[in-house]
Amino acid sequence: MRNPLAEKVVDIPFSGIRKFFDIVSEMPDAISLGVGEPDFDTPWHIRDEGIYSLEKGRTFYTSNSGLKELRQEIANYMKRRQNLEYDPMKEVLITVGGSEAIDIGMRVMLNPGEEVLIPQPSYVSYEPCVVLAGGVPVIINLKEENEFRLTAQELLDAITEKTKILVLPFPNNPTGAILEEKDLREIAKVCVEKDIFVMSDEIYAELTYKEKHISIAQMPGMQERTILINGFSKAYAMTGWRLGYACGSAAIIEQMLKVHQYAIMCAPTTSQYAAVEALKNGDEDVQEMREAYNQRRRYLIHAFREMGLECFEPFGAFYIFPSIQEFGMTSEEFATRLLKEEKVAVVPGTAFGACGEGFLRISYAYSLENLKIAIERIGDFVERLRREQ
Amino acid sequence: MREQLLKIIERNSRIDLKELAVILGVEEADIIEELQKCEQEGVICGYHTMIDWDKVGVEKVSALIEVRVTPQRGQGFDKIAERIYKYPEVHAVYLISGGYDLLVSLEGKTLREVSSFVSDKLSTLDTVISTATHFILKKYKDHGTILEKKYEDTREKVTP
Repeated sequence: MRNPLAEKVVDIPFSGIRKFFDIVSEMPDAISLGVGEPDFDTPWHIRDEGIYSLEKGRTFYTSNSGLKELRQEIANYMKRRQNLEYDPMKEVLITVGGSEAIDIGMRVMLNPGEEVLIPQPSYVSYEPCVVLAGGVPVIINLKEENEFRLTAQELLDAITEKTKILVLPFPNNPTGAILEEKDLREIAKVCVEKDIFVMSDEIYAELTYKEKHISIAQMPGMQERTILINGFSKAYAMTGWRLGYACGSAAIIEQMLKVHQYAIMCAPTTSQYAAVEALKNGDEDVQEMREAYNQRRRYLIHAFREMGLECFEPFGAFYIFPSIQEFGMTSEEFATRLLKEEKVAVVPGTAFGACGEGFLRISYAYSLENLKIAIERIGDFVERLRREQ
Repeated sequence: MREQLLKIIERNSRIDLKELAVILGVEEADIIEELQKCEQEGVICGYHTMIDWDKVGVEKVSALIEVRVTPQRGQGFDKIAERIYKYPEVHAVYLISGGYDLLVSLEGKTLREVSSFVSDKLSTLDTVISTATHFILKKYKDHGTILEKKYEDTREKVTP
């Protein structure tokens, strides 16, 4: 029998998280700080709308680009939150999570051999999506001394004649880093000058703890060269509903719609009805969850500093990214021992790119009570390591 | 800060002050000062404990009583409300819009005790026109807390 598999796919490694997941699954009593999704249930009024849509028999396909009402609400939201104007008929596409938008966005924009700049540490799917789309991923290693922000200089240094897209994953998973207006302004200047497009993954846009989130699309000359990706998973605690969206120029969105149409047909109908309710009446829920995350964030930063572990203060998402370089172990060794000896699961920074070596991703999508128990165990572990040294 | 502080202690009045300071990102001294102010201004009216008496095995009967009254000249409902809330077995008294005037929440040891309170004390008051007593059979949720349901984390343990 011939090999049934495509080399391009086989050559892509599994996510570093998977291996860890397998070990943790064997340990039912382990406390996990390894989750990349909110601990809150979807607010009841949003779930209720989903249920109601089922009761009314709204169980059919929607239009390929998504419910018109939902696209309109997204356009309203973009105007209200970020002062960006998008035509709901031509410049908004509803997708199956932000993940699908990343995938089809790459497929629509990349010709073979064109390069995509991916700042790391970052979410695990950009690189494989670029490869699958026939592009060439080029990694930019972000630095802790810059609080894991992307600088204009780092961007300039990575650009070649083949560079077409810059992925901008902020607020960032796993570091919690954000970009502020001054950072964005300089990056935008480079993009315009070098004629580069931006795929801006803003799935954590609602979860910032300093200034309100600003999008690169708000910078001069950038809206037409940006695909803005967002969704309902993180802001409204709706991960399982699988619903996201892309906003961008009509030319790009039209082609994305074509791929989406052939591959997916349309995003889940129930989720779309629930999402309309989320955008209409969900601001207060978001505010409340943001406050809760912020309290936990402050608690964790304080706790890690008390332990004497170095950790820059992250202002976005729900992760902190402390350094464990003082122990002279790899992130994976540290995380594996922490799991075996103290039964606390965290994700090694290397799961998000080689430059995550020496760091851990710690999620605070957990109750304070839960975090406290975990912190106590990590504290014991760190003390033991210091005695060993 | 006040609103956030109050929101937290409304759910957990026993929270450690140091921890409060950390999670709100302020100094502990500021927390203490703010709490004192809230107490003086009557914003914080007490620190109570929520107890599920059913689990203690102590028999308690709770009832909600709708009361219709004749308001008194010059004093409206306040005077009659005061007469009612002075009884220690009365938990809460609310002035209500709609079909009746006062809603009285009552707690007693036995069914008989509650009914005799209603018939002997409440309905004999001059201004009370009528009462309707509803006994509480089961509490599902009280003070924003769901009783008898434990939080279960059903998420996958590690996700990207």
